Amino acid sequence: MAVTATDPHRAIDAVWRIESARLIAGLARMVRDVGLAEELAQEALVAALERWPESGVPENPGAWLMTAAKNRAIDLLRRRKLLERKQEEVGREVEGEVETPDLDAAIDDGVGDDLLRLVFIACHPILSPEARVALTLRLLGGLTTEEISRAFLVPETTVAQRIVRAKRTLAEARVPFEVPRGADLAARLSSVLEVIYLVFNEGYSATAGDDWTRPELCQDALRLGRILAGLLPEEPEVHGLVALMEIQASRLRARVGPSGEPVLLLDQNRALWDQLLIQRGLTALDRAEKLGGARGPYALQAAVAACHARARTAAETDWSRIASLYEALLQVTPSPIIELNRAVAVSMASGPAAGLELVDELLSERSLQGYHLLPSVRGDLLAKLGRLEEARTEFERAASLTKNARERALLLERAAKCATDSPAPRPPQGAARS
Amino acid sequence: MRFMVIVKANKDSEAGVLPDQKILAEMGKFNEELVKAGVMLAGEGLQPSSKGARVRFQGSKRTVIDGPFAETKELVAGFWLWQVKSKQEAIEWLKRAPFDEGTEVEIRQVFETADFAPVDPTGELRKKEEELRRTIESKRR
Repeated sequence: MAVTATDPHRAIDAVWRIESARLIAGLARMVRDVGLAEELAQEALVAALERWPESGVPENPGAWLMTAAKNRAIDLLRRRKLLERKQEEVGREVEGEVETPDLDAAIDDGVGDDLLRLVFIACHPILSPEARVALTLRLLGGLTTEEISRAFLVPETTVAQRIVRAKRTLAEARVPFEVPRGADLAARLSSVLEVIYLVFNEGYSATAGDDWTRPELCQDALRLGRILAGLLPEEPEVHGLVALMEIQASRLRARVGPSGEPVLLLDQNRALWDQLLIQRGLTALDRAEKLGGARGPYALQAAVAACHARARTAAETDWSRIASLYEALLQVTPSPIIELNRAVAVSMASGPAAGLELVDELLSERSLQGYHLLPSVRGDLLAKLGRLEEARTEFERAASLTKNARERALLLERAAKCATDSPAPRPPQGAARS
Repeated sequence: MRFMVIVKANKDSEAGVLPDQKILAEMGKFNEELVKAGVMLAGEGLQPSSKGARVRFQGSKRTVIDGPFAETKELVAGFWLWQVKSKQEAIEWLKRAPFDEGTEVEIRQVFETADFAPVDPTGELRKKEEELRRTIESKRR
């Protein structure tokens, strides 16, 4: 049996991944500046990188980093206090001792609260969405700038810039390091959920790059979601989002074909779906609903995803329930794309004529002009109704609108088929999210 | 990536002796930490092997052997399934587990189907496709 000593650099990476968020959060409470807190944490990391290869990884590496960072923070606060005193002396307004914070308590108590404050500040609406994403992955996900740049296929300098600017913005605006309360909480929480779902989606159907999915990024988002669910166990929409991500992630290995091509939901091999994640998703959804959050936008989307997850075959899908869930979703977040999704679900539940009626109502919708799925769905419904000539025109129109080469080929194929073939009873492409 | 963390059996676990309050509380705290960090996907403790069985396959013959099984140290007493970024992260988490002296816990990486084409785990199909392509191309010349 070989007993190998751990490579200290790898160990440090791993410890950083586990500890960095708590470290930064604790420090941010002491120094009241997220940027500074991160710098102090980084300094402690550098110290570890210098020390550990020689001394070996300490028994409790997390505590070691905490102590190293804390000492730096104490030095800094002392220097500041000294500076303040000098200023006070100059102003001849000496008013007794400057309060020394109980540093141990500051770090060790209320770790959860500190983390939560860090979440809210990283996702602060004052920052651009890109900055929120970068800062969240950096401060809470423990990702390096390089890892973030690789994940989003942007140059490392761009990510570094975003982070630097974001920290400066937060400092200049004097954004308080606190958990928002009352009505403010709901608005700020929705920004946090948005950031996490944005990260997830970038991994789930990459908007850039050669790969259709980047599962790593989905895992990062899921981890953030699960952490948030631990921090805010009473917030139904947090569980709704976690449920949505768990269920969607359960299909990751089924939605990519052998040569990397996308496989649509209803064509997927359901045996490849990850039953563990489905189970976790259904549990999270149940929790969201029990907390009274069944009508939350994430919980509703998760409920749609759950309908697919529960169907053993595509044919067993409960389309009328999906249609009614979309209807409920429309009431909380009206959107023509959700209308289109509902139309598809209705067509699957009550036949193509009923679906077409709803789709036709969307034809004048401005925001859907140029959206290839509208003519694609319409073409499919027309084809099912035997109106092949009209269907062909729609498929061709859809083909001219899509940016994806594989999709264009598929649509042109269907257009050509309309001239010769009778339509196959197949749901419209893009109907349900794969 | 996912890791299975496999806790081996010992005399007590095989005798069905439940851990004392203190250890249970410590383990509970550790589990809570794992959940809060978004690391734990699943985890279960297993009953002693006396409540289990084995099925041995020989040709078309299946022989059922009831527990308990003798080789205590080789038996599994419990497991976790963790989602982490690296093996090292799994190791760092495991180091924090409140096990006592003599315990040895194994970490094993789970195959990720997402790493390769799902219908083609060995790459056999892809290889054949490439060969076919080469053959076609050589015939074209």
